[in-house]
Amino acid sequence: MAAMTPTAPDVTPESGTRPAARSTAPVRTRRRPRVWRGLVLGLGGAYFLVPLVASFVFTVHTPGQGVSFEAYTALLSADGFTESLLLSLGLAAATIALSLLLAVPALVAVRLGAPRLRPVVEVMCMLPLVVPPIALVTGISTVLRWGPDHLSRTPLYQTFLAVQNEDFPFVLVLAYTVMALPFVYRSLDAGLRAVDVPTLVEAARNCGASWPYVMLRVILPNLRSSLAGAAFLTLALVLGEFTTASILGFRPFAVWIVSISGAQARMSVAVSLLSLLITWALLLVLSRAGTAPTGTPGAPRTSRKES
Amino acid sequence: MSSATPTEGTAGGTSRRRRGPRTWLAALPLIAFTALAFGLPLGALLFGAVTRTDPATGATALTGEHLSRSLQGPYLGSLVGSVQLSALTALIGSVLGVLIAQAVVTSRSQALRSAVLTASGVLANFGGVPLAFAFIATVGISGVVTQLADLTSLGWNLYSFGGLAVVYLYFLIPLMVLVIMPALDGLRPQWREAAQNAGAGGRQYWRHVGIPVLAPSLLGGFVLLFGSAFAAHATAAALVGGSVPLVTLKIADALSGNVMVGQENVALALGLDMILIAGLVMAIYLPLQRRSARWLR
Repeated sequence: MAAMTPTAPDVTPESGTRPAARSTAPVRTRRRPRVWRGLVLGLGGAYFLVPLVASFVFTVHTPGQGVSFEAYTALLSADGFTESLLLSLGLAAATIALSLLLAVPALVAVRLGAPRLRPVVEVMCMLPLVVPPIALVTGISTVLRWGPDHLSRTPLYQTFLAVQNEDFPFVLVLAYTVMALPFVYRSLDAGLRAVDVPTLVEAARNCGASWPYVMLRVILPNLRSSLAGAAFLTLALVLGEFTTASILGFRPFAVWIVSISGAQARMSVAVSLLSLLITWALLLVLSRAGTAPTGTPGAPRTSRKES
Repeated sequence: MSSATPTEGTAGGTSRRRRGPRTWLAALPLIAFTALAFGLPLGALLFGAVTRTDPATGATALTGEHLSRSLQGPYLGSLVGSVQLSALTALIGSVLGVLIAQAVVTSRSQALRSAVLTASGVLANFGGVPLAFAFIATVGISGVVTQLADLTSLGWNLYSFGGLAVVYLYFLIPLMVLVIMPALDGLRPQWREAAQNAGAGGRQYWRHVGIPVLAPSLLGGFVLLFGSAFAAHATAAALVGGSVPLVTLKIADALSGNVMVGQENVALALGLDMILIAGLVMAIYLPLQRRSARWLR
């Protein structure tokens, strides 16, 4: 039954062949797969669970001293924990806002009236995949060095200083937005593919809706799950990002974890574990928020559940 | 201007024509942003990699010196090390990812499927620093499993090429599961039944139907894993420091200050090398992905 559901929409014409074939196939092919399937899933499960369980044991159990949860309780008062976490969350919020603000109008626009721009936008969004973060950051640090070298007497120099502000390094938001664009693009593109944007927009406009109204009340609600997906991926990216921040000399969450690992190994592992659990919880919440019925008309919802 | 359209443009043709210029403007911020935040650093990288500035005169001249230095000695070694590690982990990760995905798909259990997909979504993004520390706690020198099973006497060393490969697989296998699951779903049961009705055995089915249909997705997945392992820096930085030669670590070393003059340009040249390799990888991946999409509708 479970196997019928996903293929059901596609196979209606041939569905007559299924029951006949089913009665013979299971007898011949079912026996052996069960053994290797169990083996593969068992080994895979062990490989993915052991590090998590062992990390937890490592944080609470000191050989010879017994069990203590000090690594977790001391966390909140640890030097730099709150600051770096808040910095990372702030950067994540700014990155999500910026990338969605840039990508949503552009993607809707290429579907509405500028199909010739579509390959341009696609290439622009996917190109960052070709450039590893470390290569991007070498470029960024070169550009930032132009500031003191060449521009120190121009008004542009103030901008250079402003984006490198220790309290909120906006240059990181720029870099993270570039890195997030491919994921945001893919998520939004998949969402838009399931929606007939021109028809929706035309219908809404014919009913007298203004452009902001069309975007906020017609397009965006239809994209809820892909917006949530894009936001989640961006959040995960920013919270775990180490390369760019450490090379440019800022201290968000991931850099902080590394910096305490020498003195407080237990705490760094505890934080790593917590960050995984937080990511997991966020994914669950967001996937629920993206698909849960909240009162809007839900005709296209079933088609979006897969993505 | 914008409010005039709905009242006038009742005919579909006129409203469509009018929308043209305005929609073009909506894509402009994205293009401008990419040019500034992505194009500018990339241009700087390219420029720095192929030019040399004379410190005395300030004159800039074109040179291939940095690029050729980046392909010599320890730098070349780090490039080769990165490619080897990425190829090895991508290969193992692809095989294991396909096996797990196939086991999940054939189990026909919806609960297992959604659990594996969610877990893969999280674990594929669980790269970087936290992953490194989880493994240090597990199989590092004083890790829990290391002490329980006395792995050190078996010759195990996390801070080595092999150790790094085991850690990389932790985020590569879930990535492969995510990539290959839709492709495995696309293998219709009808094809298998048709092959069986025509007298083909399991092996013949895979050889003539299954693998050819999956081939683009398999290759595409492998390439994606390669690129992802190749670009990884944080995990390696937190784990091995400098004991395994990897190009990302070399670039970070050269960038973070106290090194010889001229080292920065070599870092830029190494960055360019990486972009070229990653670009090659993407040039293989994108057409393959398009090709596999043809079968998986």
